[in-house]
Amino acid sequence: MTSNPGGTWPHAPGYYTGDRPKIVTSRFEYEDSYTLQRYEATDGYKGLRAALSKPAADVHEEVKNATVLGRGGAGFPAGNKWGLTPQGVWPRYLVVNGDESEPGTYKDRLLMERDPHQLIEGCLIACYAAGLSRCFLYIRGEMALAQERVAAALNEAYAAGYVGKNILGSKFSVDIVLHWGAGAYVVGEETALIESLEGNRGMPRLKPPYFPAAIGLYGQPTIVNNVETLANLPWLARNGAAAYTAIGTATSPGTRMVAVSGHVKRPGVYEIINGLTTFRDLLYGEEFCQGIRNDNELKAFVPGGGSAPWFTEDQLDVAFEGPQAGAAGSMLGSGAVMVMDSTTDIPRAALTLTRFYAHESCGKCTPCREGGTWLERILSRVVDGKGTDADLDQLLEVGQSICPGEFPHASNAKLGISAVPFPYRMNTICFVGPSAYAPVHSALTLFRSEFEARVTKRNLIPVTAVSQ
Amino acid sequence: MTTIDNSAEVENTPPVDPNAVTITINGRAVAARKGELIIAAADRANEYIPRFCYHPRMSPVGMCRQCLVEIEGPRGPMMVVSCMTPVADGQVVRTDTPQVKRAHEGILELLLANHPLDCPVCDKGGECPLQDQAFSHGAGESRFVEEKRHYEKPIAISDLVFLDRERCILCDRCTRFADEVAGDPLISFTQRGNNTQVMTFPNEPFASYFSGNTVQICPVGALTAQPYRFKARPWDLEQRESTCTTCSVGCRTVVQSSRDEILRYQGVDSDPVNWGWLCDRGRFNFQSVNSEDRLVSPQVKSGDSFTSASWSDALETVARTMRLATPGSIAILGGARGTNEDAFMWATLADALGVTMRDAQMDDGLPTSIFSYTQATIDSACAGGTVILLAPDLKEELPVLHLRLRDAADKKRIRIIEVSSHESGLTKQAWRSVRAESGTIATALGALLADSEVAAQLASGPVTIVAGRANLAESSAHTMAAVDVAVGVASHAAVLPVLRRGNVRGALSVGLAPQNGKDAAAILEASANGHVECLILLGADPMSDVADADLARRGIAGAKFVVAIDTFLTQSAAHADVVLPAAAYGEKDGTTMNLEGRVTNVVQKITPRGTSRADWMIAAELADLVGHDTGVTTLADVQKLLSSRVPGFGVTTTAVAIKRDGVVVSAGTPVRTPLSATPAPTRNSYEFRLDLSRKLYDRAVGTITSPAIAELSVGASVCIHPLDLERVGAAVGATVRVSNNHSSIVLPVAASAAVPRGTAVVPFNQPGADIRELIRHGESVVDVRIESM
Amino acid sequence: MARLTEENVRLAREIISRYPKPRSATIPLLHLAQEQDGFVTNEAMEHIGELVGATSAEVYGTASFYEMFKFEPVGKYLINICGTMSCALMGAEELMHHAEARLGIHMGGTTPDGLITLERAECQAACTEAPCLQVNYRYRFRVTAENFDTLVDQLQSGALEGEIPAHGTVAAVRQHIPADKAVGAIAPEDVTEGPAWLDGKAAL
Ligand SMILES: Cc1cc2nc3c(=O)[nH]c(=O)nc-3n(C[C@H](O)[C@H](O)[C@H](O)COP(=O)(O)O)c2cc1C
Ligand code: SF4
Ligand code: SF4
Ligand code: SF4
Ligand code: FES
Ligand code: FES
Repeated sequence: MTSNPGGTWPHAPGYYTGDRPKIVTSRFEYEDSYTLQRYEATDGYKGLRAALSKPAADVHEEVKNATVLGRGGAGFPAGNKWGLTPQGVWPRYLVVNGDESEPGTYKDRLLMERDPHQLIEGCLIACYAAGLSRCFLYIRGEMALAQERVAAALNEAYAAGYVGKNILGSKFSVDIVLHWGAGAYVVGEETALIESLEGNRGMPRLKPPYFPAAIGLYGQPTIVNNVETLANLPWLARNGAAAYTAIGTATSPGTRMVAVSGHVKRPGVYEIINGLTTFRDLLYGEEFCQGIRNDNELKAFVPGGGSAPWFTEDQLDVAFEGPQAGAAGSMLGSGAVMVMDSTTDIPRAALTLTRFYAHESCGKCTPCREGGTWLERILSRVVDGKGTDADLDQLLEVGQSICPGEFPHASNAKLGISAVPFPYRMNTICFVGPSAYAPVHSALTLFRSEFEARVTKRNLIPVTAVSQ
Repeated sequence: MTTIDNSAEVENTPPVDPNAVTITINGRAVAARKGELIIAAADRANEYIPRFCYHPRMSPVGMCRQCLVEIEGPRGPMMVVSCMTPVADGQVVRTDTPQVKRAHEGILELLLANHPLDCPVCDKGGECPLQDQAFSHGAGESRFVEEKRHYEKPIAISDLVFLDRERCILCDRCTRFADEVAGDPLISFTQRGNNTQVMTFPNEPFASYFSGNTVQICPVGALTAQPYRFKARPWDLEQRESTCTTCSVGCRTVVQSSRDEILRYQGVDSDPVNWGWLCDRGRFNFQSVNSEDRLVSPQVKSGDSFTSASWSDALETVARTMRLATPGSIAILGGARGTNEDAFMWATLADALGVTMRDAQMDDGLPTSIFSYTQATIDSACAGGTVILLAPDLKEELPVLHLRLRDAADKKRIRIIEVSSHESGLTKQAWRSVRAESGTIATALGALLADSEVAAQLASGPVTIVAGRANLAESSAHTMAAVDVAVGVASHAAVLPVLRRGNVRGALSVGLAPQNGKDAAAILEASANGHVECLILLGADPMSDVADADLARRGIAGAKFVVAIDTFLTQSAAHADVVLPAAAYGEKDGTTMNLEGRVTNVVQKITPRGTSRADWMIAAELADLVGHDTGVTTLADVQKLLSSRVPGFGVTTTAVAIKRDGVVVSAGTPVRTPLSATPAPTRNSYEFRLDLSRKLYDRAVGTITSPAIAELSVGASVCIHPLDLERVGAAVGATVRVSNNHSSIVLPVAASAAVPRGTAVVPFNQPGADIRELIRHGESVVDVRIESM
Repeated sequence: MARLTEENVRLAREIISRYPKPRSATIPLLHLAQEQDGFVTNEAMEHIGELVGATSAEVYGTASFYEMFKFEPVGKYLINICGTMSCALMGAEELMHHAEARLGIHMGGTTPDGLITLERAECQAACTEAPCLQVNYRYRFRVTAENFDTLVDQLQSGALEGEIPAHGTVAAVRQHIPADKAVGAIAPEDVTEGPAWLDGKAAL
């Protein structure tokens, strides 16, 4: 198959195809990829038929064997997650996480806009395999087109008998309910998503005890899966686990969608081979981003969405493989790479991210609600040239109250520091608080001199404090 | 006098418990129970873990993160919140490592970051968990140099509660309480993140009967109570633990005073009773004790007005009347508002004088034979099984009992079956709730219990019948008949009598129960007919409290001589010949008995107002003066006598003195006089059946003399179903004429779907026109016509 | 205005019926209210509370958590310019300055004619197409100053009337579940058995 040399598909902005196996983006080349007609013409709903022709437990087993890693951020294998529901507790629900809002992340929206039937089919297979009797498909509030496309596809699928009562004339019956949010990043967190779906403020619940698989929507066992995770299932059901694991590596089989943004020549969304593709391939490869813009030097990149600790050129040969990235001091998260070239104002870039997480804090727990904003305030003072070097230490101090102990970071040959592996310890309920700190910590660890150049040397507490 | 047997709780040493686990906290072995939270286990072991959001009576949320501790995990020590982490056998918990200390300091610093420096002017200063923990677990000075969050300083979120959002640390206690415990989610977190604030909906105040609890549990000075604001600093307050006697739930309280003035009541957690909660009426009516209108000296009627008299003159006047009265012509009404000791001494005096006309109820409760059934407790009712409600709206009459039942139903421990003439605060929680017109509840209950699913439910576990007087315009015989129906179906059922007035069960138990079936109504009738030469009103105000206003008026007018012992010059006391000022709640020691028969103590915290005296003293002196030596000079003497005469009280003095939860005294088995309920006549379709029921805030003397709550009564009105309103042809708020062949009054009309068609609900004893003019004692039910004007 | 219209109540009931618990429909119903009035009125929140069985305070607590709900009128077109990392790296700040200058208002402001409200927004999941913006949640990618001016011209001339509905409407297509196909929402407490297809046999 050929790539599309003209740039992005005009109807799939940002997406680049390539001569690689395609599991979830195979229909993106068709302008009408979102219609039932096109879907049915391109193997659509054949995975569902294949699945329904087997006992549910066998389908579950197949998914387990394929090790379909969750694409929402945590990378937990879907088949295993489905097995965590308590025995004999009914009903169980499926909640589809289409709230995509992690900075840098752009893939679920494409999947919903360009191939909604694939997602619907994935949902049906999951419900069948795991005995989930109702599905709620939660789409981010700001995604008008995705909501329209999924709504239209659901209407088509209901009419055609793919969704609802006695699907394809079988004993399998499930409703898929389109639900949509109203703008709050934290709602992407699965327990917050459930709260939001219950009509509440989207504030995360504490895990344990509120693991959705055990106590989820309405207190019932609930599977929360990412859009991309589910989009893998039709292909898997059609082709089997062996074909799936033949792609990628044993620990990271299949493909995954990655969005690369920022200072590269060809920012875009790519379906890459999981586990094997390295960041160097991605940033410099001809079939991917083709290098840093203006052939500038690479300064740093965020490897897995705004919450991930940063990498520099030292980590370019790390592959898209969870444990590898973890050992290197960061995570792959939601498949979002943000690239900063040599012209980047690092403190300002860190501020942009910290401000995001401070702004998106739900306010439930103290370290994030108070700490995130405090970090943002200090940092913006520093960026504005009004900070002191005491502020830099204070940033790390506040960070300690959010994430006690050593915080993960990458190794750096020039600075002579070695990596602190992922994960971190945290005093918060969810990862938003630590995410406000991650960019500050990475930036300060890797580029402290840029901060020092911005602040006045004064270890005193500013005068304003005394007057308080 | 009813026989009362001694059923003191035995201090239980549990047998080997399969749920017992052992954990270590800071190297010390601590016994705990499976499922218990670390913080609770630590509390019992006196290992204090700082906390803000955790409250033992609410579901944990793990929000403030102040209670972090370290537990030994498979991969080394991990930090967990102790308020949401259950204990596990062999768990190793540390609260004292440098990491934990750093975390505590860090969280405190963050909480203080945006907290205003208000301590010197804050009501909470001195008893503030934030302030205290900043000292004990904080690092010292703040490094927060940015501008703090600013909000408009305290805003009134209700008539009673102010909110200062700058001080709020967003612990979710108030909002959780409002939602989970009170069931009035009228406050909520709003906005998000660093802008999160607790707020009401615009123009919809936090009008909850339980709002005061949020002030008490707020861990900072963000919520303050209007009646207490700027009244005192905590270090000036002295306090003693006591029991609220505003209603018969008997919530445990502390009475706090400064400079001989009561300034605040706070709830105390009594496990079998109130779990720390109080209702706002019970919490804020302390103002009544301090009222300027209190009686301060004995008053003797001369002509049309009173003149102050000395105690000896006033008592001698009363004693003389008693001595000269024809045998059998003295009557005592009341006693339910005082202590057991008060009631007992009056009963002793009554015995000495051969008084047979006595009643502690005002024809507004149930016959004492309600105590003849197997008796339930609040705990036994809430523990499991089925609860049959044949009672007034408990939210209005016995608020904290409502909370307990609500909790039990909410947590699915019990199933509630309700038969009532209009919806109640528990209707939403009820498993089955049916509307039955007054006069027909026994029939309706019978039909309901015949349902096979209901029958299966009753048979599946314990059954508690919560029985009280739901409608003052309906003969109590209907309630009693319904109780018999329930017992007939579920013979294993126990009864929780919900008689409302503070110590009514105590008074009835120690000797002020009617004799020979001659209750308050019969006594007033006798008085109206000239058979009472001396009527003693022992904290009783029949002219306000008896549903048949005409009977009360005639009864008081017919008595030759009236003695009122009261704290205020009530409507009835105004007609007395001698008025004796009584010591109020908080001005005397003693014991009280709640609705389940639990005896707890009440305490004296301040000097009695003026020359007022405890009722028991007055009785003892009068006994002396009429030539009956009781040998009583101190409260201890009374209690000794009480213990010897009323067997159930044998243990109370010692038991009550050492135990917060008091002791349940069984009321024994008074004779059950078979009652035949006069069948209710069928209602003419154009008439309405009157449902006269109480609201929490009415013209009760303790309420109207407490400025903070005096204005909260809803006012007299008549409420009917919206379709009936259409039929009557009136608009909401318009005035209508409510009449029957006795009288006719004019009331504003309201509509509510909570009232079934054909029923007219009128709240009792509200400011405005008095519906009692339409009521005649002895009538089975009361039907009225409603016409638009 | 203000409370939901009869037609919207009908829609609201249809939406509510899809959930095992009515409260779940709160956010969709708030959108419906915003679609009706352009912002969420107090009366609408009271009405929604009645429909889903919540107090107004609870509905407001939920509504005010989310960015998209406005409690005061905003412009017919809400322009959200993304200012998060990827867009910031690609010149979002400059674009915002330009937008402010062009419209003569600050971020958060509305043009005096009530046509356009300008807001700073967070990542819109179009990071590869930075800097980007949304007009009533419809995208514009790789926006230059000139693109922005053209957009404003078009909005002012009414050229985008057909493409972009007035503020309040997000998706123009709604889900409809045909009654004969719907499995139906059952309150979880009324479900006692596992799904029929878990009988160990293939469904087809
Ligand atoms: C703050 C936060 C935001 C998140 N946002 C998203 C999101 O937008 N989409 C998503 O699928 N998962 C998101 N996640 C991950 C979800 O909690 C959850 O792990 C995921 O939806 C599970 O699906 P998966 O197993 O298929 O990956 C987020 C997690 C956190 C902590
Ligand atoms: S970490 Fe932040 S977003 Fe997560 S629960 Fe705590 S306050 Fe909310
Ligand atoms: S007002 Fe008080 S109780 Fe309520 S959230 Fe704030 S600090 Fe907690
Ligand atoms: S419920 Fe009764 S006893 Fe408890 S505080 Fe209220 S009035 Fe007092
Ligand atoms: S007390 Fe445990 S988190 Fe607040
Ligand atoms: S950062 Fe602007 S769309 Fe993601």
